Amino acid sequence: MSYLYIDYFEELGLSRFLWLHKGEDTMNVEFQHISKSFGVLRANDDISFKIKAGSIHGLLGENGAGKSTLVKILSGFLFRDRGTILLDGQPVSIRSPWDGIRFGIGMLHQDPLDFPPMTVLDNFMIGKPGWLTRRHQARQQFNYWIHQFNFKLDADELVTDLTVGERQQLEIVRLLSLGVKTLILDEPTTGISAVQKDLLFAAVRQLAQKGQSIIFVSHKLEDVNSLCDRLTVMRQGKIAGHLTTPCQDSAVIQLIFDRELSLPVKSSTRQEETLLELTNIKVQGDRIGLAISHLAISRGEVIGLAGLEGNGQQLLLQMCAGLVKPTKGTILIHHQDLTSRPYKDYLKAGVGYSPADRLGDGLIPGLSIHEHLALRTPSPHWFIHWKHILETTHHIIELFNIRGKPHTKVEHLSGGNQQRTQIALLPIPLNVLLMEHPTRGLDIESGLWIWQQLMSRCEGGTTILFMSSDLDEIMQYSDRVLVFCGGHVSEPIEVTSLTVERLGRLIGGRFENELTTIA
Amino acid sequence: MNSLFNQELSHRSSFIGWVAILAALFFTCAIILLSGSSPVAVFHSIIIGAFATPDRFARVFTTLVPLLLCGCGLMFTFTAGLYNLGIEGQIAFGAIAAMVPLQLGQSLPAPFLLLLAIVAGAAGGMLWGLLAGCLNVFGRINEIFAGLGLNFAVDGLALYLVFGPWKRPGVASMSGTEPLPEFLWLPTIGNTDASLISISIAIIALYCTFLILRGSYFGLRLRAVGSNLRASYVLGISSIQQLLSAFAICGGLAGVAGAFQVIGVFHRLIPNISSNLGFLALLVAMLARTKVWVLLPIALFFSVLTVGSLQLPLELSLESSLSGILQGTLVLFILLSRGLNQFFNQRGV
Repeated sequence: MSYLYIDYFEELGLSRFLWLHKGEDTMNVEFQHISKSFGVLRANDDISFKIKAGSIHGLLGENGAGKSTLVKILSGFLFRDRGTILLDGQPVSIRSPWDGIRFGIGMLHQDPLDFPPMTVLDNFMIGKPGWLTRRHQARQQFNYWIHQFNFKLDADELVTDLTVGERQQLEIVRLLSLGVKTLILDEPTTGISAVQKDLLFAAVRQLAQKGQSIIFVSHKLEDVNSLCDRLTVMRQGKIAGHLTTPCQDSAVIQLIFDRELSLPVKSSTRQEETLLELTNIKVQGDRIGLAISHLAISRGEVIGLAGLEGNGQQLLLQMCAGLVKPTKGTILIHHQDLTSRPYKDYLKAGVGYSPADRLGDGLIPGLSIHEHLALRTPSPHWFIHWKHILETTHHIIELFNIRGKPHTKVEHLSGGNQQRTQIALLPIPLNVLLMEHPTRGLDIESGLWIWQQLMSRCEGGTTILFMSSDLDEIMQYSDRVLVFCGGHVSEPIEVTSLTVERLGRLIGGRFENELTTIA
Repeated sequence: MNSLFNQELSHRSSFIGWVAILAALFFTCAIILLSGSSPVAVFHSIIIGAFATPDRFARVFTTLVPLLLCGCGLMFTFTAGLYNLGIEGQIAFGAIAAMVPLQLGQSLPAPFLLLLAIVAGAAGGMLWGLLAGCLNVFGRINEIFAGLGLNFAVDGLALYLVFGPWKRPGVASMSGTEPLPEFLWLPTIGNTDASLISISIAIIALYCTFLILRGSYFGLRLRAVGSNLRASYVLGISSIQQLLSAFAICGGLAGVAGAFQVIGVFHRLIPNISSNLGFLALLVAMLARTKVWVLLPIALFFSVLTVGSLQLPLELSLESSLSGILQGTLVLFILLSRGLNQFFNQRGV
């Protein structure tokens, strides 16, 4: 049905019936021999499979297996080197995300691509065809969609004030209102609450029942197993196999990694000496402030910062890193008062910070791995001894199992390999290591590997503070846990006295004892 | 297989580059035809204008020197992610600063005084560059606007000096201050304008720029800051220091160019002493991108065009600004070809 007709419906204020009148909602997607290389890296190598209309298709694989590349090719963010994409049996050429949407393919990115300073409704209207904006109709349409899925979104709220989960919901209804028939979800369950996850899954099931096809990219076996009809596992750019759910976790893991995995054993490395001490701290971030009366952390201890995203965990980490200055109070690191000292002094005191936004805050796009290493290596000389740096880089690449060459630019590495690089760049030894989401977006094996590295640092006497939205990760690796909620911080809780349920209650704001009360 | 594919890509990009140059030539030819002249005659006249006599050929090199010096300077600011449009003002302020020892210390030995003028030029340019840098780093003013604003300020200063304190006795005019005594002119080759001293300094600057940007920690840090300010800060690089250094180096080199304009070309201070060579150097640097050595052929080509076109009004009664049109279209078409290339690469066609 043509857009003219759709416009006609909108004119009559019948936009809420649009969905029913847009013709076929179903679409079969087929990949035939898709290949894509980045330099020498083969991200996709002769990928062929079908996704049936009305099904939820899980796409699994470890980091760098080529899942993101494949869905980006389908949605138009990347263009294939070879191969064909068939939609309902017709070969199509999808050259931009806008093309993708015209063909009925929409992608929900790991970090929602929206415009935070604008309102929810403005964001909803972005990308609509036509020159004139019709706010009234758009609002009706918006309300219709959120009602469909029981989403609780306020059309006039600013996107800045939304949680990641709510921004995801906004993006879903926006894509659907543009007539998307195949919805791609890239790691949608990282960083959203359990309630939001249930809502998301319900919405996805509803869409599948109506005949839409869903591609669900994830690392989380339980999510995939409970939601998807069929699974495709990728390994090193190729298809490793297909599975029909329900299936055994071990079968999936076998396909993903080609071997079995075991959890590392966490032994307490906590020592007597106090390494980090915060007293009467007040600190103000962009959206949230924190107050901490007293907090002492020992050498070799691992502290997990739990809580929904944006409740001050990052602020605490950045303050301990010396990137944000407290307005009040003192920070003692290794018996040194660093409160009002510049960031450089924190580095000298052996404080390391590993940000979550790898390409934004941690690494420098345009520079290769070996150039990063040269930047990190202090040297009394003016000129760089490239040969020496190259040797070290080869060594580091092998040691940290980074899939890339010394000359590979960091933006061409997969997320997991970027994280490995970022960790490889942290100096040794460190007194305090501050980590945001150490394993976000990483497959199970990479995650285990990262924690093995972190554990061995603890044995060497490093104290780790890390934030994570993965409760299992917090329970698994922390000695003590701090729970954050709306600018309030709980007392440190011994992890031995915690269960996931109790932690969930605490994150919901039911604290037993607070650190916040300040003289 | 893969290297084959890459080869194909680089073949295509050089092909697009050549098409761009041809397109620029066609475009310029069209303009020449429209203005009622023949392209062959124009290009002939430009080549004659640049190479026919030793004097003209030498002038190509006097134009090359400021282009190279400024081009080198701009390599540093481009690397740091900055568009230093204040380069014109930095040349002019360098020229003014070079005038100071020449005005004050005429009793000193000439070689010493000339050296002093070059050093003063470098210091003056550096100061003016740092000023733009401080406005940018501490005042949060975009470096383009800070630079342009300072260009106007230094223009005013030059006019004030030419018509005020340093005016020719009796006749204050746009033609500049009283000419320097001949012993304070930069020694030249024979009777031409070209000076071995200025040319060697420009080549040394080129070589040093190449070394520093390719192999030094400073060059790498500059690239880091230019590519991602936040991450470089987190990695412990002082971005303020890097940005200010880039401004200072660029200003310093431009200041040296300004000093040579005074002691080697005009032998006095005139308004618009930079002759817009700073802006031309911006185009040169834009074309060279990250390849320092490429500055040399491009700057040479641009100086041939600039000097050669001076003959156009005499021989064909055409505007000498025609060379500006050729240079401008060339840069636009080549930048366009890069854009197209990137576009095609992304699409993977």
